[in-house]
Amino acid sequence: MGTAVSAEPERARAEDFERTIAADERIEPRDWMPDAYRATLIRQIAQHAHSEIIGMQPEANWITRAPSLRRKAILIAKVQDEAGHGLYLYGAAETLGASRAELLGKLHTGRHKYSSIFNYPTLTWADVGAIGWLVDGAAITNQVPLCRCSYGPYARAMVRICKEESFHQRQGYELLHALARGTGAQRAMAQDAVDRWWWPSLMMFGPPDDASPRTAQSMAWKIKRHTNDELRQRFVDICVPQAEALGLTLPDRDLRWNEERGHWDFGAVDWDEFRAVLAGEGPCNEQRLDQRRRAHEEGAWVREAAAAYAAKHPAGAAR
Amino acid sequence: MSGGDADWPLWEVFVRPRRGLAHTHAGSLHAPDAELALRNARDLFTRRGEGVSLWVVPAAAVTASSPDERDPFFRPAADKPYRHPTFYEVPEGVRHL
Amino acid sequence: MTAPALTESEREAALALGDDALILSHRLAEWAGHAPVLEEEVALANLALDLLGQARALLSLAGDEDELAFRRDARDFRNLQLVEQPNGDFAHTVVRQLFHATWQELLYAQLAAGGGPFAAIAAHAAPETRYHRDHAVTWTLRLGDGTAESHARTGRAVRALWRFTGELFEPVPGLAGTDPGGLRAAWTERVTETLRAATLPVPEAPPPPTAWSAGGGRRGIHTEPFGRLLAEMQHLHRSHPGAAW
Repeated sequence: MGTAVSAEPERARAEDFERTIAADERIEPRDWMPDAYRATLIRQIAQHAHSEIIGMQPEANWITRAPSLRRKAILIAKVQDEAGHGLYLYGAAETLGASRAELLGKLHTGRHKYSSIFNYPTLTWADVGAIGWLVDGAAITNQVPLCRCSYGPYARAMVRICKEESFHQRQGYELLHALARGTGAQRAMAQDAVDRWWWPSLMMFGPPDDASPRTAQSMAWKIKRHTNDELRQRFVDICVPQAEALGLTLPDRDLRWNEERGHWDFGAVDWDEFRAVLAGEGPCNEQRLDQRRRAHEEGAWVREAAAAYAAKHPAGAAR
Repeated sequence: MSGGDADWPLWEVFVRPRRGLAHTHAGSLHAPDAELALRNARDLFTRRGEGVSLWVVPAAAVTASSPDERDPFFRPAADKPYRHPTFYEVPEGVRHL
Repeated sequence: MTAPALTESEREAALALGDDALILSHRLAEWAGHAPVLEEEVALANLALDLLGQARALLSLAGDEDELAFRRDARDFRNLQLVEQPNGDFAHTVVRQLFHATWQELLYAQLAAGGGPFAAIAAHAAPETRYHRDHAVTWTLRLGDGTAESHARTGRAVRALWRFTGELFEPVPGLAGTDPGGLRAAWTERVTETLRAATLPVPEAPPPPTAWSAGGGRRGIHTEPFGRLLAEMQHLHRSHPGAAW
């Protein structure tokens, strides 16, 4: 690589980068990119990966209590997908020079965040449905535009993830639908879950646009394609008729159709709660991180054993 | 933080989606050795029946062209249109050519 | 596909194999969110899902799968005591897998060849079972022949779980055409080979089913942790009698 052409001046490389972005082409791992672009992507992809693996916990909480074998299989497969999606995303971050070990270290020491939605508890079986319908629904609304993100490996991981997640939201909706048509107790369970998960789901789109300083740069770089508020509105518009079809109500008195805007108006999100949960004061912040750290620490001897075995048997085919 | 992950090298995974198609790059994963890399790849990238064959390659073994050189490296191939069939004129009425 | 009518002893056998798969799947699924490395989260879930699929097919031969899984008491479960043993550390889980999958692969090959009521299910499960054994062998080698710590942990797991292996070779009346003696010999040979390759001590031949030791699972006698497993697994279903999910 030490040929004369690699002495191409920085400015020309920057122009090349801008041209690639402007032409809606993808940036690939070994391309030159501005440090801030790289840092923004690493932060965002890592946060996304962390959210996938921490997000396994609230749902895994119900695997051993799933009330039918069909539901149990679905839930195991879904939680498994989340581990898989974490792996795809750590892989994408790795192409930017951030190793998984380093990113996990930052998660475990609290220097990296994950989506604060997972700091809410899953108290009943209906929560599994509400997570699928609302939390995965919000995630998909966020993620579909990321399939066109300017960074190639991230966009490709998101294509795969979106394809696999299509069943996640549907199974949640189906689960709630079964409860809503079930006994009085099941129906009450479903409504209670929707009441608790609705507002945190709206928070998943992030702070309002006027309080989201990074949005403009991310949109210029085509990492992000829509603002937080646009996506939040899109999500509300999608959910209202779906809630009606379930026969469940969304816990917002201000929800009404706005003929002029062609959108549903909705009430104010409690951003104080959002900031508090993000700052670590949510009901499950400690618990989630503890479990994650414990799994990692208790797994150390296993990872070390496999590495030691590989060193002893370099051919990798001892059998 | 106890280690472990840092010692597991990165592998690139290639999947043949079905017979008749080439292996294509699917992503990467960590594994201590080739055997586990293959098994991890099977579990991670083909759990929906996406493949009939897998390759795993140590990421460190891949030699890549430099993106900085992409112009000089690939441009010479761009100005030789006579390598493509559309370059040639075929007299009217001639078929199967 | 309509289920063929089973004799009473065949129904018992469907419960035995179905309960094995159901309970082992449950234990493996308990790993979700706790695995030693993310790649293994995906692998363990695959094992759990394969087994759950087998359980559903087998229990459906014997009756309603949910009725059987969620509304029977511990004394009515017919699974091996081996599969209900708590996960312990990863070495315990791997050794439990090695013992069970080696046995299941051999047994299912006999069942698939036998043409009885379980042949189709066994043939379908055969590649899954082969992979489960492969996974278990792969990890037994790495843990046994890894570090001093992993070697010690895996040796402990072998010693702790060995007592539950005698039961694998108790004849199950409804499984006509299978050969428990041949199974025992082939199982012992394969497990011995793996343990040796993993530099682990090999215990004496599996304890005979007449010794106290484990051996009551097929008769509904289980170990202490099993009651708690069922309490957790069944409580939601049982709390809403007649509800559909």
